[in-house]
Amino acid sequence: MEFGFTTAAYVVAAVLFILSLGGLSGQESAKRAVWYGIVGMALAVFATLIGPGSGLWWLSVILIAAGGVIGVYVAKKVEMTGMPQLVAAMHSLVGLAAVLVGYNAHFTMKMVARAQEAGTEVHGTFAELVAHKTAVELNILSVELFLGIFIGAVTFTGSVIAYGKLAGKVTSAAKKLPGGHMLNLTAAIVSVVCLFWYVATGGFLPLFIMTLASLFIGYHLIMGIGGADMPVVVSMLNSYSGWAAAAIGFSLGNDLLIVVGALVGSSGAILSYIMCKAMNRSFISVILGGFGGSAGPAQEVEGEQVAIDVDGVANALEEADSVIIVPGYGMAVAQAQNNVAELTRKLRGQGKEVRFAIHPVAGRLPGHMNVLLAEAKVPYDIVLEMDEINEDFPDTDVVIVIGSNDIVNPAAQDDPNSPIAGMPVLEVWKAKNVFVSKRGQGTGYSGIENPLFFKDNTRMYYGDAKQSIGDLLNKLG
Amino acid sequence: MKIGTPKELAPGEARVAMTPDSAKQLQKLGYTCAIESGAGKAAGFADAAYEEAGVEIVADAGTLWSGSDIIAKVQPPTPEEAARLTEGKLLISFFWPVQNEELMKQAAEAGASVIAMDMVPRISRAQKMDALSSMANIAGYRAVIEAGNNFGRFFTGQVTAAGKVPPAKVLVVGAGVAGLAAIGTSASLGAMTYAFDVRPEVAEQVESMGAEFVYLDFEEEQTDGSESGGYAKPSSPEFREAQLAKFRELAPEMDIVITTALIPNREAPELWTEDMVKSMKRGSVIVDLAAEKGGNCKLTVKDDKIVTDNGVTIVGYTDFPSRMATQSSTLYATNIRHMMTDLTPEKDGTVNHDMEDDVIRGATVAHAKEVTFPPPPPKTKAIAAAKPKPKEPELTPEEKRAKEVAAFKAQTKQQVTLLSVGAVLLLGVGLVAPASFMQHFIVFVLAVFVGFQVIWNVSHSLHTPLMAVTNAISSIIILGALMQIGSGSAIVVILAALSVFMTGINIFGGFLVTRRMLAMFQKS
Repeated sequence: MEFGFTTAAYVVAAVLFILSLGGLSGQESAKRAVWYGIVGMALAVFATLIGPGSGLWWLSVILIAAGGVIGVYVAKKVEMTGMPQLVAAMHSLVGLAAVLVGYNAHFTMKMVARAQEAGTEVHGTFAELVAHKTAVELNILSVELFLGIFIGAVTFTGSVIAYGKLAGKVTSAAKKLPGGHMLNLTAAIVSVVCLFWYVATGGFLPLFIMTLASLFIGYHLIMGIGGADMPVVVSMLNSYSGWAAAAIGFSLGNDLLIVVGALVGSSGAILSYIMCKAMNRSFISVILGGFGGSAGPAQEVEGEQVAIDVDGVANALEEADSVIIVPGYGMAVAQAQNNVAELTRKLRGQGKEVRFAIHPVAGRLPGHMNVLLAEAKVPYDIVLEMDEINEDFPDTDVVIVIGSNDIVNPAAQDDPNSPIAGMPVLEVWKAKNVFVSKRGQGTGYSGIENPLFFKDNTRMYYGDAKQSIGDLLNKLG
Repeated sequence: MKIGTPKELAPGEARVAMTPDSAKQLQKLGYTCAIESGAGKAAGFADAAYEEAGVEIVADAGTLWSGSDIIAKVQPPTPEEAARLTEGKLLISFFWPVQNEELMKQAAEAGASVIAMDMVPRISRAQKMDALSSMANIAGYRAVIEAGNNFGRFFTGQVTAAGKVPPAKVLVVGAGVAGLAAIGTSASLGAMTYAFDVRPEVAEQVESMGAEFVYLDFEEEQTDGSESGGYAKPSSPEFREAQLAKFRELAPEMDIVITTALIPNREAPELWTEDMVKSMKRGSVIVDLAAEKGGNCKLTVKDDKIVTDNGVTIVGYTDFPSRMATQSSTLYATNIRHMMTDLTPEKDGTVNHDMEDDVIRGATVAHAKEVTFPPPPPKTKAIAAAKPKPKEPELTPEEKRAKEVAAFKAQTKQQVTLLSVGAVLLLGVGLVAPASFMQHFIVFVLAVFVGFQVIWNVSHSLHTPLMAVTNAISSIIILGALMQIGSGSAIVVILAALSVFMTGINIFGGFLVTRRMLAMFQKS
């Protein structure tokens, strides 16, 4: 009876989770969808707590509450610009939890084996489940928990490094130890060897060696990926944390874990795919790190960057009828989103058409810019995707590029030797005037020279984005 | 050092190389300025205005030439002026070194330096001193105005109480700087403007100015204008024929034709033949901006306006910039001023004639007793080579249909292959794996499938909330920890407790952050 109730609750929770993800197809339904997720989670935890085999439920409740307090605190405190770091940090928790749960499964297996030898009874749902398994099933179980620990460990160190890179605590440049991918390959081979070893003997040592190897893979793989590829990395780690949960679900024989793990895993995989497509790079080349060497000498950029002061930009805005703003990571860094939103309100108040063009990989997280603009209360129906707005640039009077570089680089279309050749970009240079708000004359994350800055209709508006837009606001009065 | 500007001696030349405004800027560079009395009069700048700007007024040319270190003027020096070019002097003017070889040698032998404003290389950095472009811009504008002056009708079409007026049709041949200026002027006056150029890559510029580009029905590897520094090159005889045939077709319809086709250092190509002129309507106007080099129309008379037997006016003036002397002087003086800025990097009033600089080297035709023309090719290319764009062949409906069918078949084939491979794999697993595993495995496969279907519909702007929420629900791993925490072993309890704690953070943090984000999305 009790067991039946738990299973029923799991079914309901699974449905709620699916609805919760499905609801994200629109801004309005998403607000409802997140509640489905919360209820689903509450139901699942509650059903497990009162279900069979759960002991120490008071300890569980205390721990969940304690974790909850920290979670709430972090979630309230975090700046919207710090969202990528937070998501990465949270992935690492899931990864670590998967590792620990996997180890527990291993210990339980051993315990059951010992108990069976001694002829004593075992207690607990999982232990009983293990006790009834045949030899083949036990082998499968070993593989499953091995996989769970492996993916979990990669997710853990990978996420920690991703967090460090996004938070600026670890250098965002792609760095590899001498030996490069050979090291990763070696670690992977070691893990495979350990798998056979573990299945054959069931010992603790192979499991432990494998954990070290996979922790290293997670660390080294993500260290080798540059800052510009972070959106892919974060969604990839998201996917991994899902697969880790699914693998643990297999080993525990828990369908809800499997379902949710698979949902999260496929969601992350699709996000990674979308991001890679937006950068016109294969998933493999992103994972193998760094922008690949270009096929030939890059096109010489000829001309000069012409600077403009705040009056010039203000005049052009006064005269413009249609304005498109292209934000990038620089806007997030300078925390300029509120000033940008204020500018938008002002210009819209004067009857001008103002829209935002968002490149799929703008920022360091999929959809990063949308969240920042939403925080600053920019209405989401004027925030458009690349495909929706790219055709409108030729009819636009003024484009303001704020802190983005590679995603507006015409070299992607014009220069087949460019490292970003073929990457879809926002065609801002087709507009009548382009103003680029930028701190200095440096290149973008990928270190590629941007011919846009040298075009005749481009003017460089140097300075910190927040400050520059603030000055502009004062001028527009 | 002193910069002096004499009065232009060429008949009909009204421009002047220094304006009161440019003089002020030059003084900021550390120079003193002098001007011959009355030099700016024809361009609308009185001596008093110069005096006000701090320019010394010199009564006669001789004193000015001897007293100045740098001479800025418009036209190439006359022999008499050239004689005044003594050692150490710098002359900045139009020079046309190909035509004026003798003059150039003379200047070099005398030890004077000459910077020819017509030789400024066409690179982006030098645009601000590209006097040819600024003059061509004026010529293009003036050509339209001149045409309008000789044309008996409105440019724009109107429907009035007194009847309907059709719009004028204007054809501009050659879309260089002058051509584009003419296109812009004519289009803004309301005429239906057509434009042709041998360089198909300028079609976009033409269309951006509001004219319709006349395409030729001609298959040839079109030459890339970027190879010749942005200027047009001679075309093949076949191309020429196709071009003339197109013009013949257009001629009877056009009211105004403005030809601007020039090829550097060559006679102007004949593009508007006599029979085209004959086929034009009475009252039509041709403005031939290439009259200087023989004209794009052979009937053109240089520096004159004629009317043909069938009533077509052909304007062959060559002094369009001079006819707008105030405007052209302002622009030319600014070009000179920019040249001086580049020559004076220290802003200390002394010239640093840096022969390593692409722009200065390119424009200098005589320096240090040597003729320095022609210059070596500049280190940087004028404009980036345009990539040939492969053109998609037009498909017939049948071909399209066939293509669609093929695509559908390929898709079906791909799906069927994927499905069968998947099924075989699944069966393979089923053969070895026990039933208990298969049960879970089915759930897993279905969940992945559902996940893929659901996530594709998530809107792009919600990807960050999606990640936060998937992160929160991946904490479902807490269930595993909860089931293990009741186990007897101490280490299992500790590890499980840790897991519960961490996932607890994740659940609350993840959902709360998601809610915070979603609450921010607002409709306008």
